[in-house]
Amino acid sequence: MVLKVFFPSCCSSAESGILIGRWISEQNSAVILAVVHFPFIPVQVKQYLSEVQRVTKVSVSVLGSWSNSKQEKEESLSEFLEDLGTIFSHEPWIQISKEGDSKFWSCSTLQKHSNNPKEEEIILVYYDQRKVMLSHLHPPLATATSTDHKADDASKLSAVFDTVAKSKILFMTDRYDDGPIKLTHWQSDGVEASIIVELMKQASVPACMLLTFLLSLISGICRSRVLKFWPLSFLWSKLSTCEQLGHRLQHLQVISSNKKAQNQTQLMRKANIFVSLLIDVALGILLMSWLYRKNRIGHLADTLIPVADHVAEELQDLLQWLMGAPAGLKMNRALDQVLGRFFLYHIHLWISYIHLMSPFIEMILWYVGLSACLGLTVALCILSDIIALLTFHIYCFYVYGARLYCLKIYGLSSLWRLFRGKKWNVLRQRVDSCSYDLDQLRLLVVIVQGLIHLLVDLIDSLPLYSIILRLCRSYRLAAGVKFRVLEQQDGKPLRLLMQINPLSYGSVIQTYRLPTYSCYPKDSWTSLCKKLFLGELIYPWKHKGEKQD
Amino acid sequence: MGERRYRSASGAPVALRRRQHSASCRELAVRCPRLQLRSLSAVTSAVWLAAYGLFVLSENSMVLSAAIFITLFGLIIYLHFVKVDQESLLVIGSLGIQVTSSYASGRESTTFIEMGQVKDVVINEAIHMQKVIYYLCILLQDPGDPQGVSEVVPLFQSSKPRLDCLIEVYKSCQEILEQRKTAPQSSGIK
Repeated sequence: MVLKVFFPSCCSSAESGILIGRWISEQNSAVILAVVHFPFIPVQVKQYLSEVQRVTKVSVSVLGSWSNSKQEKEESLSEFLEDLGTIFSHEPWIQISKEGDSKFWSCSTLQKHSNNPKEEEIILVYYDQRKVMLSHLHPPLATATSTDHKADDASKLSAVFDTVAKSKILFMTDRYDDGPIKLTHWQSDGVEASIIVELMKQASVPACMLLTFLLSLISGICRSRVLKFWPLSFLWSKLSTCEQLGHRLQHLQVISSNKKAQNQTQLMRKANIFVSLLIDVALGILLMSWLYRKNRIGHLADTLIPVADHVAEELQDLLQWLMGAPAGLKMNRALDQVLGRFFLYHIHLWISYIHLMSPFIEMILWYVGLSACLGLTVALCILSDIIALLTFHIYCFYVYGARLYCLKIYGLSSLWRLFRGKKWNVLRQRVDSCSYDLDQLRLLVVIVQGLIHLLVDLIDSLPLYSIILRLCRSYRLAAGVKFRVLEQQDGKPLRLLMQINPLSYGSVIQTYRLPTYSCYPKDSWTSLCKKLFLGELIYPWKHKGEKQD
Repeated sequence: MGERRYRSASGAPVALRRRQHSASCRELAVRCPRLQLRSLSAVTSAVWLAAYGLFVLSENSMVLSAAIFITLFGLIIYLHFVKVDQESLLVIGSLGIQVTSSYASGRESTTFIEMGQVKDVVINEAIHMQKVIYYLCILLQDPGDPQGVSEVVPLFQSSKPRLDCLIEVYKSCQEILEQRKTAPQSSGIK
């Protein structure tokens, strides 16, 4: 079978020494992690390796010898390297040698206890150690959802990635450390560290504790008995602003917890929530600074009352028209008058309340606008709630009309079998046209509210940190690998370069999206239209987790 | 190992290039016909004539600039996402099979399938509109069932070479896949 040697590209110019790494016998492949240079004492090397093995749980051992000679091939050195094979017994003993600056290395194996002495083919695969160490290999989505554990064993590449990722402690010593062992790996020229990252790590512990304390205070207040009385609790559950604020509070609790993230998914989730919150608050503050300039709040408040008046006038005209003889149709005058007067009284009440509140509107808007600093999503939710409250009377009309229409439809459908061929019911005509016209306005409001909720959902569930990571450090999220064939020479082993194939943006979003609370799935638009036609009631503020009526 | 000319399923000329890098590594690349200048100029002139007609009707010069932008962006998107220049198959015995598509703008999209997941490489028939076409595909092993096939990965979907070209590719692939069956001391992960 073919022998595969995974060689780190950073060790290509290392001095002669012995190779240490992991031998995966099922796949006949050797993953080389570092080169140990002369002089060394074999006992110390074995001790060091057993310590590394104990800490990382990766079976690291001496795999072979590496000779990098600038001059002609030295016979004595090659014999010395073969003798090393007897001290560190490993089966098979890999010998790689490079002459001068040649790109083509010679690679051979020594098998002492093999039963077939024929030469097996060797493939040399170069890999970038730092990228493979930091990368996280994502299984294809189909197998990720299945509960097959055998799928992990069949992937050879995940074994290579795992080996390099778990051996982090091996890469912590560089050449400036005074130890008995001198290694060459990707960090041997100096361990990388960033001052900013270290400072942030130090500062994050007290910051997290402070945040946890504040959050526990706030959630204690929210859960207190005062806010649990029936009218108030009903109101809190219906307003989307409160839902969104509760959602963000939950997110803050996730971030500020002291426990370190256990695996990749949790870490990415925390990072996504953090970045999403940051950008949300930044956009909210931007919106606030735009809104509070040039007295825009005052202009908004000034236009609100005339618009409400205008809508009410239009509705009154419509009802007057319907109470007369609309389009020449003959109507049931008694029912006309009752329903028309009922709806007119509604409108009158509503306009009176709006006029009562008109001096306070600007102040209310000013203070409510301050809450935009909590985030852009909160501002959008407040907008949606204001629209819902202002058009509440239209919703009431819709409810009455829809209920009557629904009753009529049920009655008719049950009587249809008995009363085939009878005259068209005039009463149905009256309620029919009324609910169609109201439905147009109602549909517009529902569409606008639906769009706002969709936007809030999108902002909530988008994994921004993952997308930024895929853009800037694409090797961290790997979908797989790709091989490039390098120049070949006859008689030398096959040379391949292994590079990381990054995950596509669609898979990034699908894997790392955050769960949201609203229930507007893709197919709800068709069910919405169906409900409108049949007369079933639409509840625009129903959320996931509540029982459907 | 040289290049040979064949035809695609729709009659356009394609070229197959075979390279043997080592005893267990082969690369097979099928080159698609390039973008023709005359079809490009035909489409551009049609779009611009239509835009000019709209301009004469509506007297709005925005129509002309919009037509120019649409043509430019359409061409860029076509070259970057749609037009495939070359599709290649790299078979490395005991590592896996790599499928690469290179687009006209230089973008390359690669998928690597490990040898443990590959069950076989076969030529299948498909009924496409009024034609019966042949295509080469890789059958992936179902991890739970040793006889089952979990997925079929079709190859050379843009160039669609005809059966004679596919037979050459099939023979090359099977020579390498045979080697994994004859490997004596492979304990094998099934």
